[in-house]
Amino acid sequence: MKIKGTLLLLMFAVMAVLTGCEPLMVLNPKGPQAQTQADVILLSIGIMSFIVIAVFAILIYMLVKYRASKQSDDYEPPHIEGNHIVEGIIVGIPILIVIVLSIVSVRSNYLVEATPEGYEDQDPLVVYAQSSNWKWHFSYPEEGIETVNYLYIPTDRALEFKLYSDGPITSFWVPQLGGQKYAMSDMVTTLHLAADAPGEYMGRNANFSGEGFAENTFSVNAVTPDEFDEWVDEVQETAKPLTEDKYNELLEPGHLGQLTFSSTHLEFSPAPEGEHGGHHHGGSSDDSEEENMEMDHENMDETHDHSE
Amino acid sequence: MDFFDRFAIPHPSPVIYASMVAIALTLVAIVAGVTYTKKWGYLWREWLTTVDHKRIGMMYLISALLMLFRGGADAIMMRAQTALPENTLLDSQHYNEIFTTHGVVMIIFMAMAFIMALMNFVVPLQIGARDVAFPRLNALSFWLYFWGAMLFNISFVIGGSPDAGWTSYFPLAGNEFSQSVGTNYYMIAIQIAGLGTLITGINFIVTILKMRAPGMKLMKMPMFTWSALITNLIIVFAFPVLTVALAMGTIDRLFGGNFFTTTDGGMDMLWANLFWVWGHPEVYILILPAFGIYSEIIPTFARRNLYGYKSMVASIVLISVLSFVVWVHHFFTMGQGAMVNSIFSITTMAIAIPTGIKIFNWLFTLWKGKITITVPMLYSLGFIPIFTIGGVTGVMLGMSAADYQYHNTMFLVAHFHLVIIPGVVFAMLAGLTYWWPKMFGFMLNERIGKLSFWLISIGTCVAFFPMFISGLDGQARRMYTYSEATGFGIWNMISFVGAIMLAAGFVTIVYNIYYSTRYASRDISSDPWDARSLEWATHTPVPDYNFAITPQVNSSEAFWDSKKNGHKLFPGNYKEIHMPNNSGVPFIMSAIFFVLGFALVFSIWILAVIALLGIFACLAHRSFEQDHGYHIPVEEVKETEEKLGGARQ
Ligand code: HEM
Ligand SMILES: [Cu+2]
Ligand SMILES: [Cu+2]
Repeated sequence: MKIKGTLLLLMFAVMAVLTGCEPLMVLNPKGPQAQTQADVILLSIGIMSFIVIAVFAILIYMLVKYRASKQSDDYEPPHIEGNHIVEGIIVGIPILIVIVLSIVSVRSNYLVEATPEGYEDQDPLVVYAQSSNWKWHFSYPEEGIETVNYLYIPTDRALEFKLYSDGPITSFWVPQLGGQKYAMSDMVTTLHLAADAPGEYMGRNANFSGEGFAENTFSVNAVTPDEFDEWVDEVQETAKPLTEDKYNELLEPGHLGQLTFSSTHLEFSPAPEGEHGGHHHGGSSDDSEEENMEMDHENMDETHDHSE
Repeated sequence: MDFFDRFAIPHPSPVIYASMVAIALTLVAIVAGVTYTKKWGYLWREWLTTVDHKRIGMMYLISALLMLFRGGADAIMMRAQTALPENTLLDSQHYNEIFTTHGVVMIIFMAMAFIMALMNFVVPLQIGARDVAFPRLNALSFWLYFWGAMLFNISFVIGGSPDAGWTSYFPLAGNEFSQSVGTNYYMIAIQIAGLGTLITGINFIVTILKMRAPGMKLMKMPMFTWSALITNLIIVFAFPVLTVALAMGTIDRLFGGNFFTTTDGGMDMLWANLFWVWGHPEVYILILPAFGIYSEIIPTFARRNLYGYKSMVASIVLISVLSFVVWVHHFFTMGQGAMVNSIFSITTMAIAIPTGIKIFNWLFTLWKGKITITVPMLYSLGFIPIFTIGGVTGVMLGMSAADYQYHNTMFLVAHFHLVIIPGVVFAMLAGLTYWWPKMFGFMLNERIGKLSFWLISIGTCVAFFPMFISGLDGQARRMYTYSEATGFGIWNMISFVGAIMLAAGFVTIVYNIYYSTRYASRDISSDPWDARSLEWATHTPVPDYNFAITPQVNSSEAFWDSKKNGHKLFPGNYKEIHMPNNSGVPFIMSAIFFVLGFALVFSIWILAVIALLGIFACLAHRSFEQDHGYHIPVEEVKETEEKLGGARQ
C-alpha cells in the first residue's frame, strides 16, 4: 500500500524535524511555562504516535490478509455481530489514554495559569501590554516606563503580563517563553511568564486583527537583572515622558518603530480593570479575584508615587 | 458615504474586474443557451418547481461542486501568495477577503450542500419512502440555500467581500473596524442559507421518524440513515444559535445595536461563545453523514455486515451530545482560568473515545471480509489513516495548556484540514462515485477515479503536513506574508505544491464526469456494486415514486437478505400512488429573500419593505392554497415498472 508507506515516511520526517538540529521555536523553550508546554506537546506526540501506528498496523494487516484476490472465488464472508471482549478493549484503551492525558492536561493548566514554579517567593515584574491597530504598548507601572513594540525583561524573575486591547481582539504570544493569551478591550487578562536565559525572542499578535496583522510583531530582550536595572535607569534619564496627546497619536491605526518613554499612559488612560473594567471573568486559576484586585490597587498606588 | 459609493469595490484589482466580466459573460451565455434551445419551460417544470427529493439532491450536488471550485480557487490563491516570503501577488486586504470567503464557502456552501445532496437523494430511498415528509418545504430549503449562496458570491463584485475571517469575531467585524458592506453579506447570506438548513433539519427528523418502511425499527435502520437522523437533530439544536447570533450581529451593524461592541455594555466575547456553540456542533454536522457514508461503503466492498452496529449507533449519539459541551476549546486562551479550561479540555478529549470506537469498528468490518478496491472503497480506506492523524492532533489541541502554543497557528490549520478533507471531502467523493449509477444510470470511470484519489490524498498530505512544522515554529495563521528570516518559506512552498496536486485531482474529477457521460455504458444493472441497503432495490433510473410497492424490512440489510436469504422485499400488489404536486412558490419566495438580503446589505429600506411584503404574500398564498397532490393510477405504475425492466420482488 503506497499511501501507508508515504504516510509513515512523512511521520518519520516530521519526528526528525521536531527533534532535529535546528529546534522549532515552540520546542525550544527559554522559560518554565514554555518548558511545561513543550513537555506536554512531546508527551502527547509520543502517545499519539502509538495510536497512529496501531491503527496503521491493523489497517495494513486487514488489507493484506483479506483482499478478494487472496481468497477463493466461493468464499462468503461470515456475518459477525460484534464481540463484547473486542468492544471492551476498543473502548477501554482509549478511555485509559484519555484519563492519562486529562491528568496531564489539568496539571499543566494549573502550572501555566500560576506564577512559574520556583519563582513564587519573589515579587513578579508587572507589565501592562496593550495592543492597538497594529502595535504593542508596554507599560511598566512600577518603573514608570513605557515602550512601543519592544520589551525589556529581566531573566530569573516572574513576569506578570496584564493584557488588554484598544480595538479588535489580539493575542499576546512569545512562543519561546510560553503560549499566548487574548487581549480584549473591555477587560484585562493575565499571562504568567518567566525567562531562564538571556536572549532576543520573537513576540507577536497571533489573533487576526485586520489589515496590519501580519506585521503586528514585537521583540523581547531578556537580560540579566542587573542589566535590566541599568536599562530602567537609562530610560528614565534619557527618554521623554509620554503625554496624553502623544499617546492618542500613537493609537492611530498604522505601524510604528520602537519607541521609549519615561512615564506610562496608565496614569491618564487606565487599563479596563477594577472600577474601569467592563466586566470580569469567573475564577482565575489560583489567586482569587479579591487578591487580584488588591494587587492592582497596590500597583496603582505605586504608579502614583512615581508620578509625584 | 454617497449612495452609489457603497456598491463600488473598496479595493479593486484587475482580477476582480476580470471576474466581473467573466460572471457577466457566463450569465449571458446561460440565458442565451437556454433561450436558443427553448429549454425555459423544461427548466421551470422539471427543476425549478420540482419537489422530488432526488432532483433536489442533484441540484444540491451541482451547487456544491460549483462552490468547491469557488472555494478551491480561493485556496490556490492563498497558497500561491504564501509560497514565497514577502510575495506581492496579493495585498493584505485581498488576502483577508480570500481566506474569509474560502472558509465560509467551503463550510456553509460547499460541505453543507454536499451532505444535503446525499441525504436528500439517499435517505428516502434507504428507508423505503416515496419522498421526504414535507416535499415542498424541502424545495424551500434548497432554494433558500441557493439564493443565500448567490448573495454571498456576488459580494466580491458588488460592494466588497467580508474580511474578518469565517469566524467573524467582533469587534473586528463591527462597523468601526469593518466599514465596507462585506460583513453585512456575511451576516445576511449565511442567515438565509441557514434558515434552509434548519428547515431541512426538521423535515428529515420527521421523515426518518415517521416514514420508514414497515418492519424498519430504529435499530434496523441503515447506518447512513442513523447518521442523518442524528445530524439533523444536531442541526435543530445548533442552528438556532447561529440564527440568533447572526441576527444580533445584523442589528449591531445595520441598526446601531450594541450586543458585541466594546462600549455601552456590549460584549465581544458573547459573539465568540455563540459562534462556537453553533460552530463546534457544526463540524460534527459535517462529519457524521460522512461517517454514515463510510459505514455503507466499507461493508459493501468488504462483502460483510458492519461490525458492531450497536456500538456504532451508541457512538454517534454520544458524539452528538458531547459536541455541545466542548465549544470553549476554540478559545482556551481567552483568560477563563485553569478550572474552566480543565473541564473543557476533558470533554474535548472525551470525544476521541466514540470516534475511536468507530475507527476500530470499520477496521474490524474488514476482518474476514473479501475486500475489493473500487474508487469509493479507496476513499474510505484512505480516510482511515489520514483522519486518524487529524483526530489525534485534535486531541493534542484539546490539551489546553499546550493549546496556548498551537492556537491561531498553522498547526491548527493542519488539524482541521486533516479531519475535514478525509472526513468530509473524501466521503462526499466516495458517496458521489458510489451513488452516481443510481442517480444517473451509468458508472464513473474507475481508472480516472483512482488517479483522482491518489492526487487528492497525496496532495492533502503534502499540502497540510508541513503546516504542523511551521506552526510549531511560530507561524501564525491568516498572515498574508512573512519575512525570509523566519524560515517558513520552505514549508509553505511544499504546501503550495500539495495544493496544486489537490487542484489537479479535482480537475480530473470533472474530466471523469465528462468522460463517463460521453463514453460509459448505459447498460448497467440497478445494483452494480452488489450492495446491501434498500436504495439498490429499486430501478435505475429511480421512478418518481421510488418504490412501486412499499418494501417490507426485517434487518438493517434488507436488500442483502432478499438477495441471499430469500427474504421477500415487496409483498402485495400495485396500488394507486399518492404524490405531491410541483410548486413554483419555494423558488419565487427564496428569490425574494435574495432581494431582501441585497436590500439589507446596502440598507435600501424601501426595497427591503417591498421584499418583506412579497415574502408574506408567498406565505399567505400557501396558507390559502388547496393542494392535495395527485394520484398515479395502477395502470401507469404497472406500465412504468415494465418499461424499467419488470416488477421487483
Ligand atoms: C477527535 C476529535 C477532535 C478533537 C479532539 C478536536 C479538537 C479541536 C480543538 C481543541 C480545536 C481548537 C484549537 C484552537 O483553536 O486552538 C479544534 C479546531 C477545529 N476543529 Fe477539531 N477536533 C476534533 C475533530 C474535528 C472534526 C471531526 C472536525 C471537522 C469535521 C474538526 C474541525 C475543526 C475546525 C474547523 C477547527 C478550527 C476552526 C477555526 O478556528 O477556524 N475537528 N479542534
Ligand atoms: Cu472579556
Ligand atoms: Cu471544536
